[in-house]
Amino acid sequence: MSDFIYMDNAATTRIAPEVLDAMLPYLREEYGNPSSAYKFSGRIAEKVAEARNTIGKVIGAKEKEIFFTSGGSESDNWAIKGIADARRDKGNHIITTKIEHHAVLHTCEFLEKRGFEVTYLPVDEKGLVNIDELKAAIRPSTILVSVMFANNEIGTIEPIKEIGRIAHEHGVLFHTDAVQAFGHVPIDVNEMNIDLMSASAHKIHGPKGVGFLYIRSGVRLSNLIHGGAQESGRRAGTTNAAGIIGFAKAAELAARDMEDTISREKTLRDRLMHKVLSEVPYARVNGDLENRLSNNVSFCFRFVEGESLLIMLDNKGICASSGSACTSGSLDPSHVLLAIGLPHEIAHGSLRLTLSAENTEEEIDYVAETIKQVVQRLRMMSPLYEDFVKKNRE
Amino acid sequence: MSQVTEYSEKVMDHFCNPRNVGEIEGASGVGTVGNAKCGDIMRMYLDIDENQIIREAKFKTFGCGAAIATSSMATELVKGKSVREALEITNKAVMEALDGLPPIKVHCSLLAEQAIHAALWDYAEKNNIRIDGLKPPVNDIDETEEFYQTQGE
Repeated sequence: MSDFIYMDNAATTRIAPEVLDAMLPYLREEYGNPSSAYKFSGRIAEKVAEARNTIGKVIGAKEKEIFFTSGGSESDNWAIKGIADARRDKGNHIITTKIEHHAVLHTCEFLEKRGFEVTYLPVDEKGLVNIDELKAAIRPSTILVSVMFANNEIGTIEPIKEIGRIAHEHGVLFHTDAVQAFGHVPIDVNEMNIDLMSASAHKIHGPKGVGFLYIRSGVRLSNLIHGGAQESGRRAGTTNAAGIIGFAKAAELAARDMEDTISREKTLRDRLMHKVLSEVPYARVNGDLENRLSNNVSFCFRFVEGESLLIMLDNKGICASSGSACTSGSLDPSHVLLAIGLPHEIAHGSLRLTLSAENTEEEIDYVAETIKQVVQRLRMMSPLYEDFVKKNRE
Repeated sequence: MSQVTEYSEKVMDHFCNPRNVGEIEGASGVGTVGNAKCGDIMRMYLDIDENQIIREAKFKTFGCGAAIATSSMATELVKGKSVREALEITNKAVMEALDGLPPIKVHCSLLAEQAIHAALWDYAEKNNIRIDGLKPPVNDIDETEEFYQTQGE
């Protein structure tokens, strides 16, 4: 085991050595600006075109439908603000869900202040969007449906194909934030009725600071970043050649190894869930057990608080995350855990562990055992646990 | 947000090695403050002798690192003090003793102050005495039991 155990891969991942190797020449020798006229830059432009093609293939898209951005948040902002602006004369209504990433939620709130109407669809106790409620929410003024492919906290995978089909039946465009899904689950934008899709490199062992927005041919949306004519004049800013080339390498590896990665991660994930649930009483797994990202484990432990849990795990060399209020920087715990119906107190006791194929069974066993000890220790300090024990004794 | 790097060494010490965790059987005063909704509950137990000196203080806390550290420090501060002196321990004193708290954790120190007051209130009630300047604690609602009644464990 290394000096610490990394189980926060939904936050970010370690760059793969092959990815870094692919990038280095474009940081060192091949530093030219791909937009320039000379050959030194031309060959970099060719590599960027190749990267665009590689990424397009992974999701069944054409090269010209992939637009590189600075990452998932920019892609979400661009898709939603861009469609809102371009289709304003057609309507002012957007449908999304209560469990989106803040890059989507806060963008929608921004638009609400500017006269748009937004429906935030509820989800069931597993985090799944209800298709009937989606149907009922669509109005003549609806211009966009935006539903995340997979949730970053609880790992639930939404019925994307079905959602896209319904949007299209009503002549509405469909955007999906696939930041947690791209490179982790098979995606085909045509088969899944996706018009716009956001993705990010650093969630799949690529570099930080690069992502893409897939825009189906013929879909018009306003630009977000104005300036030069990069990305076919739709997204200004000097081309991040090294980042894009690294992203393509990461996507290529993720696609190549996807089946193996999923099966390895599932084995580790199920081992962790099973061990913890069988050894720690008053614990639950959040999210859908079937339609779930292969690397996501989301627990709630009654009577303990998430931040305390995280610091104690950190002291034992384990990197994880929580949706407690203290870790969200507000008074409320995670909006996702509240949206699946958990009371505040339970949501405060959440712990998210997101694995990668780099984790080992040895690490899983150590983490499970440490969680057991730490939860026990915190419960001995918890007045809620004390009350619970006394009540049960009566 | 990185919690560990924002906490002082003293906060980390009191979180990792909390002093006076536990209960006191037949305590002179017990006070519980905060609510599960916000993610912090502190319970303080005080053992007070006939001369109104706090002989023993223990706590149990559900909450973040700062909540546990402030509880631990509060019990340290009240031990050996008279009821009068304990009443004068402010959240500021708790914070200073911990070499400060990150701004969003200041409420934890307030909770520690309230926990002392709530335990003293309970002591006063049990002994039919009036402590000047002491206000009754505010109790909170619990939504959790309802959830488990409908969902099961």
